[in-house]
Amino acid sequence: MRESGAAVLDVHAHHAERGFWRTYVFSTDHKMIGKQYLSLGLFWAVVGGLLAHVMRWQLAWPETAVPGWGEVGPETYNVLVTMHGTIMVFFVAMPILLGAFGNFLIPLMIGARDMAFPRLNMLSVWVFALASLVLLVSFFIPGGAASAGWTGYPPLSAKAEYTGVNWGMDLWILAHALEFAAFLMGGVNYLTTAIALRVPGMTFFRLPLVIWQLLTATTLFLLSVGPLIAGAVMLLLDRIIGTHFYAAEGGGDPLLWQHLFWFFGHPEVYVILLPAVGLVLDVLPVFARKPIFGYRWIIYSTIAAGGLSFIVWAHHMFVSGMDPRLAMPFSITTILISVPFAFIMFAMIATLWKGSIRFDTPMLWALGFVAMFIVGGLTGIFNGSAPADIYISDTYFVVAHFHYTLFSSVVFGGFAGFYFWFPKMFGRLLSEPLGKIHFWLTLVFFNVTFFPLHNIGLAGMMRRIANPLEYEFLVPHQWINVVATVGGMLLLASQIPFVVNVVWSLLAGKTAPKNPWGANTLEWTAPSPPPHLNWGETLPVVYRGAYEYSSPEVAEDWLPQDRTLAARSR
Amino acid sequence: MLSWWLPENVSTFGQEIDFLFELIYWITGGVFVLVAVAMLAFLVMYRHREGRRARYTHGNTPVEIVWTVVPTLILVVLTALSIPTWARIKMQLPQTDLKIEVMAKQFNWIVTYPGPDGKFGTDDDKTFDNEVHVPVGKPVVLVLKAKDVIHSVFLPNLRFKQDAVPGREILAWFEATKPGKYEMPCAELCGFGHSGMRGWLFVHTPADYQKWVKEQWPSS
Repeated sequence: MRESGAAVLDVHAHHAERGFWRTYVFSTDHKMIGKQYLSLGLFWAVVGGLLAHVMRWQLAWPETAVPGWGEVGPETYNVLVTMHGTIMVFFVAMPILLGAFGNFLIPLMIGARDMAFPRLNMLSVWVFALASLVLLVSFFIPGGAASAGWTGYPPLSAKAEYTGVNWGMDLWILAHALEFAAFLMGGVNYLTTAIALRVPGMTFFRLPLVIWQLLTATTLFLLSVGPLIAGAVMLLLDRIIGTHFYAAEGGGDPLLWQHLFWFFGHPEVYVILLPAVGLVLDVLPVFARKPIFGYRWIIYSTIAAGGLSFIVWAHHMFVSGMDPRLAMPFSITTILISVPFAFIMFAMIATLWKGSIRFDTPMLWALGFVAMFIVGGLTGIFNGSAPADIYISDTYFVVAHFHYTLFSSVVFGGFAGFYFWFPKMFGRLLSEPLGKIHFWLTLVFFNVTFFPLHNIGLAGMMRRIANPLEYEFLVPHQWINVVATVGGMLLLASQIPFVVNVVWSLLAGKTAPKNPWGANTLEWTAPSPPPHLNWGETLPVVYRGAYEYSSPEVAEDWLPQDRTLAARSR
Repeated sequence: MLSWWLPENVSTFGQEIDFLFELIYWITGGVFVLVAVAMLAFLVMYRHREGRRARYTHGNTPVEIVWTVVPTLILVVLTALSIPTWARIKMQLPQTDLKIEVMAKQFNWIVTYPGPDGKFGTDDDKTFDNEVHVPVGKPVVLVLKAKDVIHSVFLPNLRFKQDAVPGREILAWFEATKPGKYEMPCAELCGFGHSGMRGWLFVHTPADYQKWVKEQWPSS
C-alpha cells in the first residue's frame, strides 16, 4: 500500500522536462498509455464499423455494388465476417474497455502515481500497436485476410486449400499472439498495481467497483488465455509444417480446437463485459446521488460469475458433435451464471430507488446499458437451454443476442465511461446537448438494427451466409434484412455528433474543473487533466468507501473518499 | 407470438423445442416488462428535485436474498424441463431400419442409401446429391460424416441441427410428421461456397415413398 521509492524520486526528477516523444509517443505515463489504447481502439472501431456496413449492404441487397466498395463476392464476405468479429472483440472492445479505462483509472482511483511497471506498460501498448499493424497488413497481401470466422475453426482455418487464404490466416494468428502478449503485460501490471500500490486507507472493500471489475476481468484473461495460446501454436504448426493436431486424416481432432478456443472464448466475453459493468456501476451512484446498492454482494457476484465462466464453455458446442451427455452439466452452469448477473442488474436498478437522479449524458449511457444488457441477458437463456439452442445455434438469434450483450457493453458502457471521465482525461468539458443527441440516436438505431435480427434468427436465417436470397425459406423475410441494414447505416451516422463533440471540445471546450460531477473517488481529487505522476507532493489518504452519497454526516450530498471529518458534530 | 416467426414445425420433437421457446419467451418477457417498468418508474419518481435528498442506504439483505433465490428457482425449473427434451433428441436413438448416410463436403450433401440389404458399402448402395427422401411418420437415423471441413445439417422445419465433423461418425435422428419438400442448408461456415450450400428433404407419404424406393431399386 505504500508508494514505491522510485515513483517519489520521479516526482522531483522528471516533472517538467519530458519532450514531445516522451510525452505523447514513448510515454510511460499510464494516462497517455490509456489514451493510446483508446485511439487505437477507436481507429479499429471505425474499420470494424465500415466492414459491418459492407456486410449489411450485401445482406439487404445481395450482389449489388456497395457504394465506395463495389460488389461483394462470397470470398470477400467471409473475410468481412471474420475480420469484423476479430476486430470488434480483440481490437476494439479489449483495448477500449480493458486497455484504455484500465490504464487510465486503476492508478488514479487507488491513489498510485503510475502503474507498478511503467516501462512494461509502454511495451504493452507498443506490442498492441504492432498487433494492429500485422492485422492491417493482412488485408493487403495476396490471398487476402483471414476468412474462417472469428472463431477460426479448423480444418477450415488449417489449410489454405479450404479457403484460398494463405498468409492472411498466419498473420491473423500472429496478430492474436501479439495482442495476447500485450494484454498479458497489461494484466500483470493491473494486478500488481492494484494489490501493491493502493494509497493508505484504500482497503479492498473501499475500492471503486470498476477496479474490482477490471481486476476480475484481468484475472479471467490471465487464467484462460494459456490453453488458447497452446491451441494457436498447434494451429500454426498444422498450417506451416503439416502436423495433424486438428486433422482427422492424421489422427487429430477438429473439436480439440473448439474446446481450447471456447475455454478461453467464454471467459473472454466477461473480460469485455465486466469492465463495462464496472464503468456503469461507478457512474450510476454519482448521478443517483446514492450509495451503490449491495456493494459487497456485487463483488461476490462478480467473482462467482468469473469462476463459473470457466465451466460454461461447451454451451458454444451443443450441436458440435461432442458427446451429447456433456450438454447437461454445461447447460446447468450456463443457466446458473445468469444468477450473479441478474443480481448485479437488480442492484443497479435498486440504486436508482429513492435516489435523486440527474440525467447528465454519462447517466443516460449508463441507463441505456442497463436496459439493453437486460435484453441480451434474457435472450441468453434461450441459448442456454440446450434443446432450444439446437434450433437457434448458428442463426441470427445468436447474432442478436451477442450484439445486445457486447454492443451494449462496448458502446453503452464505454460511452458512459467516456463521457464521465472525458473531463478528467482531457481537461475539457463535452457539450451536453450533443452528448444527449448522440445517446438518443444511438439507442434508437441500435434497436432498429439489432432487434429484428432476433426475428430473422427465429425464422431460421443462418449466420455467415453471404446471400439470404439463395434460400427459399428466407426470401419472405428479406424485408427484415433491409430494415436492419438501414438501421445500421443510421447507427453509424449517429456517431457524427460524437465526433463533432469531441473535436469541438478539444479545440474550444470549456476548461473542466477538478470535480465537475461532484464524485467521491480519488481521481477527482487530482487536477484535470492530472499531471505526470497524478498528484503533487502528497498523495490523498482514504477514509471511507467510494459511494458515500447523501450521507447524513455532511450537508452536501457527497463525501469524497479522502475528506477528513474532524468530529461527528452533527 | 413466436409461432409467427418460427417456420412450421414438421417433426415429432419439434413441438417440444417450440414449447421450451414459448415458455422461455413468456418468462423472459415477463421479467423484462417488470424490470423495465420498475426502472422507468424509479427514473420518473426519483428524478432530481430541489430540496429532496436521496435515501442513504447501502442495501437490504432480505430483498437481495429474494431477488437471488427467485431467479435461481425459475432457472432451475427451466433447466429441469430442458434436460429430458435434450436427452430424448440427442442422446437416445430410436429403433429404425431406415439409416441414411450424409457425407458433407465443400459444398454439397452426398446422400447414400444402403439399399434393400440395409448395409452400407455393398453394391446396392445408391448415392444422391443434395436430396434426402424419407417417409412420413417413421424415425430416420442420419449417419453424418464430413470429408473436408466442418459442416452442419440444418432442417429448420424439423428443428434439427447437427454438425458433421471430419473423422467422426455422428448419429442423429428425426421423425417427420408432414409430407412436403423442406430446405436443408449448411449452418456452419465452410468456405466460399457456404452461402448457397443446401439440399432438400423430401418427406413422402408411405405409398409415395414405396414408389420412390421401387424407382431407385427396381430389381428388389
